[in-house]
Amino acid sequence: MTRNAQQSNRLAQGGRIDRARTLSFTFNGKRYSGHAGDTLASALLANGVDIVNRSFKYSRPRGIVAAGAEEPNALVQLGSTEAAQVPNVRATQQALFDGLTAQSTNGWPNVQRDVMSLVGKLGGRFMPPGFYYKTFMAPASMWMTYEKYIRKGAGLGRSPMERDPDSYDHLHQHCDLLVVGAGPAGLSAALTAARSGARVILCDEQEEMGGSLLDSRELLDHQPAAQWAERVVAELAALDNVTLLPRTTANGYHDHHFVTLHERRTEHLGETAPLVDGYRPARSRMHRVRAGQVLLATGAHERPLVYGNNDVPGNLLAGAVSTYIRRYGVVPGNKLVLSTSNDHAYRAALDWNDAGREVVAIVDARKSPDGELVEQARALGIRVIAGSAVLEAKGSNRVNGARVATIDAEAFKVTGQAETLECDTIASSGGYSPVIHLASHTGARPTWNDEILGFVPGLVKGVHAAGSARGLHDLAEGLADGITMASRALDSLGRSAKAIELPQVDARREGAACALYHVPHEKPTLRGPKQFVDLQNDVTAAAIEVATREGFESIEHVKRYTAMGFGTDQGKLGNINGMAIAARCLGKSIPEVGTTVFRPNYTPVTFGAIAGRHCRELFDPERYTALHQWHVEHGAEFEDVGQWKRPWYFPKRVNGKLETLDEAVARECLAVRQGVGVLDASTLGKIDIQGPDAREFLGRVYTNKWAKLAPGRVRYGLMCKDDGMLMDDGTTSCLGENHFLMTTTTGGAAGVMEWLELWHQTEWPELQVYFTSVTDHWATITVTGPEARKLLAEITDIDLDKEQFTFMDWREGKVAEVPARVFRISFTGELAYEINVQANYAMHVWQTLFAHGEKYDLTPYGTETMHVLRAEKGLIIAGQDTDGSVTPEDLGMQWAVGYDKPFAWIGKRALSRPDTRRVDRKQLVGLKPRDPKVVLEEGAQIVLDPDHAIPMPMVGHVTSSYYSAILGHGIALAVVKGGHNRMGETVYLPMVDGQVHEAEIVSNVFYDPKGERQHV
Amino acid sequence: MFHIHCPYCEELREEEEFHPKGQAHIARPADPEACSDEAWGDYLFFRDNPRGIHHELWVHAIGCRKFFNITRNTVTYEILETYKMGEQPAITAESLASTEKLAGVQVAGGGQQTVGASDSAVKDSRGAKV
Repeated sequence: MTRNAQQSNRLAQGGRIDRARTLSFTFNGKRYSGHAGDTLASALLANGVDIVNRSFKYSRPRGIVAAGAEEPNALVQLGSTEAAQVPNVRATQQALFDGLTAQSTNGWPNVQRDVMSLVGKLGGRFMPPGFYYKTFMAPASMWMTYEKYIRKGAGLGRSPMERDPDSYDHLHQHCDLLVVGAGPAGLSAALTAARSGARVILCDEQEEMGGSLLDSRELLDHQPAAQWAERVVAELAALDNVTLLPRTTANGYHDHHFVTLHERRTEHLGETAPLVDGYRPARSRMHRVRAGQVLLATGAHERPLVYGNNDVPGNLLAGAVSTYIRRYGVVPGNKLVLSTSNDHAYRAALDWNDAGREVVAIVDARKSPDGELVEQARALGIRVIAGSAVLEAKGSNRVNGARVATIDAEAFKVTGQAETLECDTIASSGGYSPVIHLASHTGARPTWNDEILGFVPGLVKGVHAAGSARGLHDLAEGLADGITMASRALDSLGRSAKAIELPQVDARREGAACALYHVPHEKPTLRGPKQFVDLQNDVTAAAIEVATREGFESIEHVKRYTAMGFGTDQGKLGNINGMAIAARCLGKSIPEVGTTVFRPNYTPVTFGAIAGRHCRELFDPERYTALHQWHVEHGAEFEDVGQWKRPWYFPKRVNGKLETLDEAVARECLAVRQGVGVLDASTLGKIDIQGPDAREFLGRVYTNKWAKLAPGRVRYGLMCKDDGMLMDDGTTSCLGENHFLMTTTTGGAAGVMEWLELWHQTEWPELQVYFTSVTDHWATITVTGPEARKLLAEITDIDLDKEQFTFMDWREGKVAEVPARVFRISFTGELAYEINVQANYAMHVWQTLFAHGEKYDLTPYGTETMHVLRAEKGLIIAGQDTDGSVTPEDLGMQWAVGYDKPFAWIGKRALSRPDTRRVDRKQLVGLKPRDPKVVLEEGAQIVLDPDHAIPMPMVGHVTSSYYSAILGHGIALAVVKGGHNRMGETVYLPMVDGQVHEAEIVSNVFYDPKGERQHV
Repeated sequence: MFHIHCPYCEELREEEEFHPKGQAHIARPADPEACSDEAWGDYLFFRDNPRGIHHELWVHAIGCRKFFNITRNTVTYEILETYKMGEQPAITAESLASTEKLAGVQVAGGGQQTVGASDSAVKDSRGAKV
């Protein structure tokens, strides 16, 4: 069966399609055919498909209105499989490919017979703005339920539920001049810049470059304009200094000439990228362009007129009619009525007439139109009805007539008797709005130009607009403007432009356009047929009138109240008309009302292109220690600490069952307390500090004293901000008189490094000191527990004698035959040695330890056990037990504060502020739950009187809490107001489930309070 | 995304390489102990939030790790100059206002359209100061 017979609206010849290549596609489950070169929209029109969607709010049938990015109705869901689903594709921008499968975005059970239209009718003749909120308001708790069903009925597409088989790339590009848009102005600008030797990127969102030249009636050098475009594109393509990007939308202009270009590379070939030599090329690319200068040749969007039932399928933009006829060989109807305010739109009627179909009438709002095109139309015998407009379209699923009458646009009145013209298509044109979206992204306010009846872009330095984008709609002017603006941009770059010869354009006398936006009706707007302003969001002229009547005077408020310019449409067709209506109602001019601003993105961008390769395992870098492989092989569960993967615990298989976290941690804790354990502590931040003033510097950034720390000794230090609040802690070892090794918390490493540089570079540049991050260079292996000395002694040449190598000493020597620094510091309270070796020796040392450790039952432990052990000793973790509002004094660590140091170290002054001197500050204490089985919840709030009426005064919260296996009960660290003076008091922790836990305030050192075990 | 000229690397680099560190030229009082609580509080907590010209401290964090200053228009986001630690800005709100006055250019309330106008004034003020 030949499908071509179905293409009832396809012309026998003409257009830029390839009739030899027939493509089959499916729309709403029905098969159709089109040709290579078609868009989905042109193919649907060729097949006489009138209804492509249901409207968002009223569920009215909708057809194709436009031929490009401004299409508000023809939003489709693409994809024959779940993984290939793409929502909200404009049929006018989707190239047809064989096998394309599309569904209407709206409409259930289908677009012909729609259930939601009942809601539209229930809402009465007029659903006011805010209808859903006003109608489904009470009870408030039900809104979530209502919303679910309303959204189901009204939603705009859906995202795929399966993994995207495609990949996406980011490319970073630089150029002298970025030209956005390859229409007449863009091409002449790009050619000027390219011939001048500048590096040029030219992008265009369409399948083919040429813009309006592709369907223009004009001749350039006595030949079809498209031929000139083809020649220029061919020349540009051959130049090394030019990058041509077709099918590429400049979707956002960001700061400092940073423009993102979304290039769709395979979407015209199939729903997923086709295999090429066994691999799938990236489906799309995001070019992140840093341009020297930017030239916007983005053209203009035609404005439809706002009249009654202007949404019935068969109402199109005049320019779109021309595009479908001339570019795709498709006439979207049989009998045309054109309603216009300007000469330019006459082309639609002339093209329609050329295609051999009937032009019923041209209805021109001007009293006496007299341009050359008007004369041409009259000469062809086309009826021109002056001083009039189409008041209302007739028909429901397709236009079947147009009511026409004389109007007084200024007085907003119908002045004559209406006449109904029989037709199936109404084309309208209310003028042309420059596409100012990208310029708006810069934050520059557009300005109204009365001559062109439109906003022209406001421009920041280095951004230029050319041609239609700044209101020069005449072809000859646009071509010349491209050269002018490119020359200006080149001048700013310090380059001189080489002149290019322009093609000859036949001069055409055009009459002036008149201002017409909202066509008056015999009935008041609220009572007449619906007159749509924003088709995608179902915003009517009446809605805007109501909004202004309800007191919304700012156009930004009108926008939000009515939803005008929302959605994927971003007000491309409707905004100016909406502003004009608001202005009329408010008795102001359009520039007085002003415009809303457009935000990125110009048209929707798929998330894949935004993410690029930064997804899944490449979303964020993962950092592994040198021992990672061992941990993996020994069944470690991992914890993310910043970007690091740290072993969390090492569950063992006991009686065929894998230990739980609690079981494993209890075992690991006891092993360290009673035998020996080993921890991979390589992730600790390490900063090598050198220079004659290194010691002085340490004294200024740490709260405690460093003047007398001798080589071979280690000291724990607290680091505050100048507000006196703790920011980080760690040990620093004196390696030599002018050489220190600082350790930081794992998460704080980069921040501390920048902090040291900040103070050195901005406050104390006179100090001679240098900082080098050595975190990754050294692996750190902590051997801790009563048996640690015996084990380490087996594999080191360092004298471990407790009198020779005391607590807080460090020694250099060999461990497992490799050079090592061994630090006798303890984060567990047990005898402990932290072994630092060059990272690539770490695995060897670790394995040697285990070879010798078997007889001591050497137990690897992870971060959870580390946390429990340090909490048993009351040792804090900066960032867990502190939160930027805790001073060293709040922690009870006055012993680490050098009150009498000569230099006013960072944080010192703040400790004498009235606020830091308060006695009721939250202070660190230990909490011992009365019930030994209870482990308090971290973050739980603490109250003094559990019977107090809600809200209870809260006096603190739990910062760390664990079960202590060695003590046999739960332990917690907490901050409590005035806690240091509340030892022995009972506090209460009411929980969400109604339970109230009781706990005693105790010292934060739960185990070995005298600290004897680490000194053995 | 900003394009920032690092005065140490002497190159324009992407914003991703930099961290903003707040208002520039906040000197730590030489003798904090001699400061009143109020003066110390001002130093710690109070910062300007101007509409227009602002001097900011930035660091080339993923580059040379050097701190430097930026003179930036907080309305247009235009970066008017970058300069090293210890240097003073060539462009200030005052210098800009006076040169524009001299040049007969009206400075609107910080609007975008002043960017182009400021351009000549910026050049002038550079010439005048250097």
